[in-house]
Order: sequence, then structure tokens, then C-alpha cells
Amino acid sequence: MKQDIPGTTMFDGGQAQKGYALNRMCFSFNSAENRAAFLKDEDGYCSKYGLTPEQREAVKSRQVLRMIEVGGNVYYLAKLAGIFGLNVQDIGAQQTGTTVDEFKAKLAAAGR
Amino acid sequence: MARIIGGVATTHVPSIGKAIADKKQNDPYWSPFFRGFDYVQGWLAREQPDIAVVFYNDHGLNFFLDKIPTFAVGAAEEYRNQDEGWGIPVSRSIAGDPALSWHIINALVADEFDITMCQEMLVDHAVTIPMALMWPGENWPVKIVPIAINTVQHPLPSLKRCLALGRSVGRAIESYPQDLRVMVVGTGGLSHQLDGKRAGFINKEFDRLCMDKLAGEPDALTRYSVHDLVAEAGAQGVEFLNWMAMRGALSGRVKEVHRNYHIPISNTAAATVVLENGEGAERRAA
Repeated sequence: MKQDIPGTTMFDGGQAQKGYALNRMCFSFNSAENRAAFLKDEDGYCSKYGLTPEQREAVKSRQVLRMIEVGGNVYYLAKLAGIFGLNVQDIGAQQTGTTVDEFKAKLAAAGR
Repeated sequence: MARIIGGVATTHVPSIGKAIADKKQNDPYWSPFFRGFDYVQGWLAREQPDIAVVFYNDHGLNFFLDKIPTFAVGAAEEYRNQDEGWGIPVSRSIAGDPALSWHIINALVADEFDITMCQEMLVDHAVTIPMALMWPGENWPVKIVPIAINTVQHPLPSLKRCLALGRSVGRAIESYPQDLRVMVVGTGGLSHQLDGKRAGFINKEFDRLCMDKLAGEPDALTRYSVHDLVAEAGAQGVEFLNWMAMRGALSGRVKEVHRNYHIPISNTAAATVVLENGEGAERRAA
């Protein structure tokens, strides 16, 4: 029996199936036109991609942990986060409940 | 006959692309990483490869979750990059060598690797950033054969399988009749995790172990399962699979001639390694 890895969600078949609509929407953000369309009408854009009510709420909350719970994959979620100008340190801080400076300090400390 | 001169492994963090565009190579934050490429560039200038076979993972540019191949080999005349959605500049295109690609594809399938063949294939930052790091000038003097390994959607292939894939690619290259100097590249890693409450996870000891074993004892690393790799290297540290495939392609007396390791670049333990593929057969544990 494999031990769960704390704070880590394996993006496996179950997650991939659950998160399909959300990840498919995020995949569309490879196009600048689609990013602009999302910003212009977020509700309309989300319903076009058939997000579940839980996924819609998670996107609305801007909370990455909630998006992972509903099947989001971080590489796809990063494309969404980019629309709001958030990089991986910003979402790292958000997910770990720290400030961005604290998160960066933690990364630097791992090298010492 | 084609000859494999050696391999380069390097981190491919997207923000490196932005740092290059903004000319930040000498900034205090970036220089410990970029300086690690001085040796690599000198080595490439001396070794003059014609071809780079690049083991990498796609992050949602060419492949979406509708179809995820475990192993996919490019067979295109040209590989384009496109907007990846996270604000890094779009890279120039890279020339391919379809004849060598098909030779490798034929050899892999004959060797019972059931790969996916791609006559059109966008390549993302995991290919273009290592190219820009190795050849910072206007021209990229090599053609490439990109080989994508799934590191995104579990189940992922094992370290053992990726090492075997690399070995098969190595045998294929060495049976190619044209006189080409071929290098292999493995991109991504080392330890990092972007998602979940464990975001920011880095494991210096495990990274060192992986680098220490890579040249001389790669088989020793196959005892780690993919689950172990996620636990020890972080959810995205599994990109080390690309390094293992690169290492597998080197069949001679393999020697590490350069290593640079720096924490952090973005959320990642950044590493660059050059392995030379010397004359003579590798001694392999039974």
C-alpha cells in the first residue's frame, strides 16, 4: 500500500477525469484572444467550457488549492493564474498560507 | 556512422525565458545559474554537434489531456513554439531531421517500445529554453529530434523504463549510417513542487544522490518508483525521468565533466550537468 504524500495530490486518472472541463478551459488560455474573452465575460467563458458548479466556485475563489480539489492540474492552472498576473511564487505563497516574501525565503533556505 | 558525443541535462524553468529576454543573466539572482552555462557553451564549441536528441516533457502546448502519449517522437522538418499562456516570449523555430527521426522511430518499435509518432509537434519551453541556454547567439547550429516523455498525468513511465528507452535510442543513433555528431539532452528538474500545501518543496540531498549516481551507476536509481520520486523530488521533480532517458543513450565510458547546482531558480533546485560519452563499452551490472 502506497503511503499518501502529505500536501500532494497525484494527478492520476481520477483527478484527470474529474478536472477535465476545468483543465480544458485552462488549455484554451494558450491563446491571447481567449484570455481576453475570459476577462471580458468570466461567467460566460466558464459556462462555454461546461465547468461544474464546484469548478466554477473554485475559479471564482481564485484559490489554487480549491482548484486542485476539483481536478485542476497545476500546469494548466498556471495558465489561468497568469491571467491575473500571478507567478508560481505567488501561487506557492497562496497555497502554503505565507506571504510571497516568506515563500521565497523558504526556497532560499532550502539551498543552505 | 553517427557517434554520440555526450549529453547535457538542465533545468527548463519558464522564467529563465523571461530572464533571457530581459537580459538578466548577470543579475545576482540569475548569475549563479547562467554562469553554469559558460562551461557548456565552451564544450559545445569544441564538440560541434550536428544533432541534439532532446528528451523533455510537454506542459500543455502540443499535448492536451485528451491524448497523452507516454513516449512521443517528433518526425518534423521544423518544430515551432507558440504562446504557452504564461507570458514567456515565443521562441524561434528549430530545424528537424526527419530521416534520423524515422530511423529512431523504426528502431524503437523494432525494439518493442510502442511510441507515438508526430509529424507535427509544437515544442514548448522544455525544449526552447535549453536551446537558448546552450547557444545564446542568433543561430542554433543543430537540428533536433524531440522525444516527449509524459511526466504530467499519472501513471508515468518508471525510471527503469526511461533508462531503457534512452538505451534503445542510443543504439538506434549508433546504427545510423550518416557521419553525424549527436548529443543528447535531458531537460527539467531537479527537485521542485508547484502544487498543493507542499508547494516549495526542495530536496538537496536527493538531488545530489541522483546527480552522483547518474554518470556511473544509473541502474542504482531504478530502485525508486515514480511514487518514491514524487515523495523525494516533489510532484514536478519527476522530470528527472528525462535525465534518465538522456543518460541511457550514452553507451560508452560515461564521465561527468561539469555540474552546476543552485537553489532556487523560481521554485526549483536548478541543475546543469554535462556527461561525456568516452570510447569503450560501458560496464553494466548484470
